[in-house]
Amino acid sequence: MATRIGKTLITDKKPLFLSSAAVAGKKEGEGPLGKEFDKIFEDTTLGQDCWEKAESFLMKNAVMTALEKAGKGMEEIDGIFAGDLLNQCTGSAFALREFSMPFTGLYGACSTMALSLICASLAIESGGMSTCIATTSSHFCSAEKQFRFPLEYGGQRAPTAQWTVTASGAAVLSDRTDNNLPYIDKLHIGTIVDLGITDAANMGAAMAPAACKTLSEFFRDTKTSPDDYDAIFTGDLGLVGSGLLKELMMREHGTELGGNYFDCGLMIYDREKQDVHSGGSGCGCSAGVLCSHILKSMKEGKYSNILFMATGALMSPVSSKEGESIPGIAHLVNIRRGERK
Amino acid sequence: MSLSKNEYGNLAKKYSPPSPVLKDCLFAFLIGGSICTFAEGLNLWFSSSMTEEESRTLAMITVIAITAILTGAGVFDSIAKHAGAGTMVPITGFANSIVSPAMEFRAEGTITGTAAQMFSIAGPVIVFGCSSAALYGLIIYLLKLY
Repeated sequence: MATRIGKTLITDKKPLFLSSAAVAGKKEGEGPLGKEFDKIFEDTTLGQDCWEKAESFLMKNAVMTALEKAGKGMEEIDGIFAGDLLNQCTGSAFALREFSMPFTGLYGACSTMALSLICASLAIESGGMSTCIATTSSHFCSAEKQFRFPLEYGGQRAPTAQWTVTASGAAVLSDRTDNNLPYIDKLHIGTIVDLGITDAANMGAAMAPAACKTLSEFFRDTKTSPDDYDAIFTGDLGLVGSGLLKELMMREHGTELGGNYFDCGLMIYDREKQDVHSGGSGCGCSAGVLCSHILKSMKEGKYSNILFMATGALMSPVSSKEGESIPGIAHLVNIRRGERK
Repeated sequence: MSLSKNEYGNLAKKYSPPSPVLKDCLFAFLIGGSICTFAEGLNLWFSSSMTEEESRTLAMITVIAITAILTGAGVFDSIAKHAGAGTMVPITGFANSIVSPAMEFRAEGTITGTAAQMFSIAGPVIVFGCSSAALYGLIIYLLKLY
């Protein structure tokens, strides 16, 4: 069973990444990580008749590719933990309805990939499951439709706004004990922090305080500092949020986030050339980068100890209209590779 | 967190780049002005063969039709991205705000999707437009009584 230190859980079985897969849309394919995705869909509709079906198709593809890479059949999966941004998590439910696997639908806004990894790891830690899948997706068009304006609406985006990533990532976790694969060493379930940001076009600012809380509490619990890790990845704070996180970490805790700190929202697009303003966002942003670039880099030995912290803005279009501020959340997973400690 | 909401709000503002107001205003003026000049040109052209009221109406209908076609072709939002208020304030903005949800919600059915959502953006404009027209009408009526 996992051991608890403060708010951080240290895994005992060290669930490992048997495989991972990431599929993405055209714009993401044209970005700096384009070559690292398993599949790029040039057609935004993915051959479907609505955006919601297109998003489900993305996730279905990511899960099938991950299964294929793991050499596993559907019947060998004990549970799948999935989430997306659509109302009632229909993106995941419709993607996986034909999959004969015990399904848990999760919602953590853009933090869902870390949340699903945490839930899958805990299921493995419990001893009740031995092979699980963690997956999330987002699609630019379905997110725009639900949270903002129709796609063809002629409006201007604020410079602080982020671009919802069209991508899905899936990871197959297992209780196997191979030594060469990345594994989940520690988990940290985030605490909701709301510092009164009400601007739905400035999610980075809304999520940064939660990221600061999770990261600082993780460092406190584990008695570590940023220098102890090869890389620290946040999910989708974007330009505004990652700047604020650095400032908050320094101001509140005297911790400097330096050259080993990256944000998936800033990695997935070329911000200047691709006109994405503050960077990428969405469940598919952190999932897409983790399940392609990050885990590949770990397998290649580039990194052996990283922090993956996905951030989420827990608001809805209704709460924004009702004048509510935006509660932020950040879940963290410490992934390592090499000899198990 | 030792920061108050107010202090954090100020810090967030410091990190949030502002909109390029001068550039936005210039583009809005140039593109919005061009649309209005084009519509006036249409009006003058039409007025040679019909009454002024008819030509004005026809000019408006023409601009609405062009906007609807450009929205349907997926071009309008690319222009509006640069034009901002330049395309939003003239009747082009109104036309686009009706056509775009009509297209977007087509998958949810003709009645429950397209028809129901068609005025989801333009609805408030109609409500406040009609309300203010009625209010000003009433004021003018009352002024004329005395």
